[in-house]
Amino acid sequence: MLIGITMISFLVIHIAPGSPADLLVQMNPKASPEAKARLRAYYGLDKPLHIQYLYWLKQIAVFDFGSSFSPDGRKVADKILERMPVTVLINVLSMLLIFAIALPIGVLSSVYQRSLLDKFSTVFVFLGFAWPSFWLALLLMMLFGVTLGWLPISGLKAYNHDSLSFYAQTLDYAKHLILPVLVSAFGGIAGMSRYVRSSMLEVIRQDYIRTARAKGLTESAVMYRHALRNALLPVITLLGLSVPGLIGGSVIFETIFSIPGMGQLFWQSAMSRDYPLIMGMLVIGAILTLIGNILADISYAMADPRIRVR
Amino acid sequence: MLKTYSEFWYRFKKDKLAVAGSIIVICLFVLSFIAPLVAPYDPNAIDARHVLTPPGTAHLFGTDDLGRDVFSRILFGARISLKVGFFSVGISVLIGIMIGALAGYYGTWVDTIIMRFVDTMLCFPTFFLIIALIALFEPSIWIIMIVIGATNWMGVARLVRAEILSLKQREFILAARAAGASDLRIIFSHILPNALAPVLVYATLGVAAAILIESSLSFLGIGVQPPTPSWGNILTVGKDNIEIAWWLSLFPGLAILITVLGYNLLGEGIRDSLDPRLR
Repeated sequence: MLIGITMISFLVIHIAPGSPADLLVQMNPKASPEAKARLRAYYGLDKPLHIQYLYWLKQIAVFDFGSSFSPDGRKVADKILERMPVTVLINVLSMLLIFAIALPIGVLSSVYQRSLLDKFSTVFVFLGFAWPSFWLALLLMMLFGVTLGWLPISGLKAYNHDSLSFYAQTLDYAKHLILPVLVSAFGGIAGMSRYVRSSMLEVIRQDYIRTARAKGLTESAVMYRHALRNALLPVITLLGLSVPGLIGGSVIFETIFSIPGMGQLFWQSAMSRDYPLIMGMLVIGAILTLIGNILADISYAMADPRIRVR
Repeated sequence: MLKTYSEFWYRFKKDKLAVAGSIIVICLFVLSFIAPLVAPYDPNAIDARHVLTPPGTAHLFGTDDLGRDVFSRILFGARISLKVGFFSVGISVLIGIMIGALAGYYGTWVDTIIMRFVDTMLCFPTFFLIIALIALFEPSIWIIMIVIGATNWMGVARLVRAEILSLKQREFILAARAAGASDLRIIFSHILPNALAPVLVYATLGVAAAILIESSLSFLGIGVQPPTPSWGNILTVGKDNIEIAWWLSLFPGLAILITVLGYNLLGEGIRDSLDPRLR
């Protein structure tokens, strides 16, 4: 799997027309052909493709993604690592938010199927699916940032952040994070509550639910102890599957809110054609997804005693 | 599953949301075909005297920073999103059917390698892949359609493969093979027609997804390039003028919302009518 990930990341970059050396030369038109050849040799670009790939693979096996092409020439791994915490924080927060909101909506609308609440949440779900996240970001910026002026609309901290007390600094971060987290969670809330609902509806029809009712358990015990626990199993898998979407979505909200995270870094690297950085980001993005899937599998095994690792 | 088309129509017509979705989609088709006739202005006509005019009788949805009529631009933007939606879904469905059929029909090591590849592709944040590919080429509407198609075929491939696996051992396939039909003939005229319904559902929902992706890309500035109007790049202007011109941010977004909603409702409607158990 990891080999496949590195192969695709590598090929994506190398099927593109134009070589990085051309780009460097563009920036400095006085570069002679010899200088260009030297550059190509320096980055190993004069070798055949499969040799380049193996060379790159050997490097990243020890987590060395090479140096960025950007003027600062820093290590790709360092650049990514310093951007990662913000993105992971926002994504974890929005996942928690998704869970906290979608779970009650999904459960209630399945328990009270065809009620007013169910209809209301169905409408919400369809709107949530169709709502472009960047448009939501724009509207929220307009409402809270411009019209009401309650929340900051860009960056991660205020200009006087460093002079604040620890408490005020935390509050400052929180204020800057509210809108991005809301935006990144919005689509997920719709999808997740829909999923919880249909999963619950399926479970409620099972025989063991009838048995639980027949033996005289209260309705809430049936729902929360017997139904919900079984209904949550597929939901856990969905959480793992939603990781690539969340990471990909971070490009959008980090660019809009100018948050210095991985999404923004990826955007910048793609715009400046920073090949080592792009390849590194693709690999790390995919690895994060793998980690998400593994975490989902582990929690699945914890929630379901029938599944045991042999 | 599905006995007759009349049964399908019967259920589909009773589903109010599905009917609403198809009305939206039909209206969009008609609007984008007659856009040049109904648009009150040339979508690219610059009018320096009426820059950033709020909505009013002269300009229904106001004007943008170059004095262009937003209503006309949104009408013409409908053409772009329709084109991108259908072409990119067409590409992804074609790739998906070919790869899925290959994996499902031939099985064994072909299947293993292909499905591994599919799993690996699914690991990548799609948006990362799309941005990387588009940034490396010159952004144009064709590149966008190809890239969106090339990064979204995995679902169709899985669908087609599963369908083929379940049909492969059925008697009518064995009969066809006994009658001497070639592999290609079996795949295309005996198996695929049976897999058409789920692919159709997937494709309808895929059009909605492709339109969303295209508008995000255009919003970020690597999609449809101005001056060609697209809902996404009108919103970019909206972001630049967020403090003075709310109409630039509101109307194109509404257009995207309604369009995507229409395709989603239609897709879900088709699915529910094909298989009422899923409701």
